[in-house]
Amino acid sequence: MTEIPSSSSYWSNSLQIVGKLLSIWFLVSFGCGILFKDFLDQYTLGGAPFGFWMAQQGSIICFVALLVTYARWMNKLDEKHGFDETEED
Amino acid sequence: MEQTTWNFIFIGITFGVYIGIAIWSRAGSTKEYYTASGGVSPLANGMATAADWMSAATFISMAGGIAAAGYGASKFLMGWTGGFVLLTTLMVPYLRKFGKATVPDFIGDRFYSNGARLVAVICAIFICMTYIMGQMRGVGIVFSRLFDIEIWMGVLIGGGIVFFYAGLGGMKGITYTQVAQYCVMVFSYTIPVIFISIIITGNVIPQLGLIGNYIKDGAEKSVPLIEKINQISTDLGFQEYTASTSNTLDMFCITAALMIGTAGLPHVIVRFFTVKNVKAVRKSAYWTLGFIAIIYLTAPALGIFARTNFVEEINQKKYAEAPQWFKNWESQGMIAWVDKNKDGIMQYKAGNVFTGKPVYADEKRVEGGPRPVSNELADSSNEVYYDRDIIVLANPEMAGLPKWVIALVMAGCVAAALSTAAGLLLVLSTSVSHDLMKKIINPNISDQQEIRYARMASFGALALAAYFGINPPSSFVAKTVAFAFGLAASSFFPTLIMGIFSKKINKQGAIAGMICGIGFTLSYIVHFQFLTESKDYWLGISPEGIGFLGMFINFIVAFVVSSMTPPPPQRVQELVENIRIPKGAGKAMDH
Repeated sequence: MTEIPSSSSYWSNSLQIVGKLLSIWFLVSFGCGILFKDFLDQYTLGGAPFGFWMAQQGSIICFVALLVTYARWMNKLDEKHGFDETEED
Repeated sequence: MEQTTWNFIFIGITFGVYIGIAIWSRAGSTKEYYTASGGVSPLANGMATAADWMSAATFISMAGGIAAAGYGASKFLMGWTGGFVLLTTLMVPYLRKFGKATVPDFIGDRFYSNGARLVAVICAIFICMTYIMGQMRGVGIVFSRLFDIEIWMGVLIGGGIVFFYAGLGGMKGITYTQVAQYCVMVFSYTIPVIFISIIITGNVIPQLGLIGNYIKDGAEKSVPLIEKINQISTDLGFQEYTASTSNTLDMFCITAALMIGTAGLPHVIVRFFTVKNVKAVRKSAYWTLGFIAIIYLTAPALGIFARTNFVEEINQKKYAEAPQWFKNWESQGMIAWVDKNKDGIMQYKAGNVFTGKPVYADEKRVEGGPRPVSNELADSSNEVYYDRDIIVLANPEMAGLPKWVIALVMAGCVAAALSTAAGLLLVLSTSVSHDLMKKIINPNISDQQEIRYARMASFGALALAAYFGINPPSSFVAKTVAFAFGLAASSFFPTLIMGIFSKKINKQGAIAGMICGIGFTLSYIVHFQFLTESKDYWLGISPEGIGFLGMFINFIVAFVVSSMTPPPPQRVQELVENIRIPKGAGKAMDH
């Protein structure tokens, strides 16, 4: 363990993780799917306008990826700070 | 074999499984009843939560809604999935660490006030009640179609089954039943779509349909499916399938309100109290969304396939040569054709055929002719009416699949309605037995008494839900969706967020925030949904999206009031410190 486990640095690190992930969350859904939809529609993905596709499917795929990333990053952060718990299942 | 025989076989088998699981996993203690003792594996919990989340409405109506609205329906797709990102990153790990059985429990303890707890209990009961009514109605409709019985009988049968395994098994029984229900749902939803996908795009993976080519006219004439549907839509006088909605602000607000509402729905939050520790919560969350995504990625593909198929098979075809499924669903009252120009050919175009739902005239159907309707005809030249729900229900027939697939889809509808109803029933009964009876009215009741109250409460709630399922207040159920999400978005979500991420918010702030948030949202919804016919919305924001603003009002009021009143006591601040650290959640469950 390189760092002294401390709850306040754990908390600020986890806030950073959440902040990063939620920015992407906002960008892929509200950004690509709604606000910049018309602009992105000039590009196509296999025949589908990109903004439209992001709103119907792309954003959902990104959401799942975000949650997998969240679990990975938070578990790593737990280990670093010694808050890890062994899982038996 | 007859269709009804297949229906009996499929419904019979699935019900046998659900009841078997309920008996096997009967709950003995309140811990098991409320949260399955926190011992469910993340994968199983993911499936169960997905089944709980996807209601009869999602299962039956969503694809039809997408087929009709095109891009405009994206708000539901994004809203009902994106909420899980908020839920996972901002709430459930911390609430699981806190380790109590219900959401009002957290609000009551964090804001050290039974007043806050009571407001939370009332919200939870209201949200769940509005939701469960729609489910009971859904069960009733499916049963009445399946077995040719009255809707009220269908509602009672469905209610009886739900009471049996939710009341008996508690969370443990519900969770394992929902795992089985998810499997039924996912198969019954995707199998017909796979076949349609092969016919229309030649691809076995239906989810890729949106970016695939339309090959039904032969390989040399293949065009991107999206291009094809836009072409068809504009030819018939609709706007392009991919066209943007007229009001971006409204689209933004509705999407946001659905996401925030999702993250604040008590029956979704409590699902994550059933796993072992915080690490398992995170894992369970991505499994949940992954399982939901399988169906949510299929729905837009199904929508586009079904719409293309429907137009190609029906438009400009002679009624006498219409496919059999068209006439079957016409007999069921979900399709109608009015030969306005008397040419014997069905013209499908933009615009209403007639006003409202079809009312069938008493006169006998001429052999080989359409079912006459007595509605007042609209001006448009559109002659074909169809209920959006047939997009899913008639899907197997449109694709020419065997009868057992139709029975499977019916079993899927029932599974979707039952799983959601059971989850809601559990939250309702816990709110009454645990939060109201034990925490507010009489703290001295024993474990056994508490379960008894829970079972009594579920019986009462179900009876009420069944009553409204049988006698729905006209179009009330559809409107209550705005209520449930608006309430969750303006009450639970902001209050829980502040409880976790701020140590300064005190009980006065939380209560004032909740009351102002709910008050604003409710009065806006009631005004536009019930008191006036006008659609003169403020800034064009429809009632479905107003919860988003309600959330901000809750936040602002809570901060202002908290800054003018004494800060929370030291022990509450320590509690907040404590829930931010994931370690030790398992212990919290045992004490």
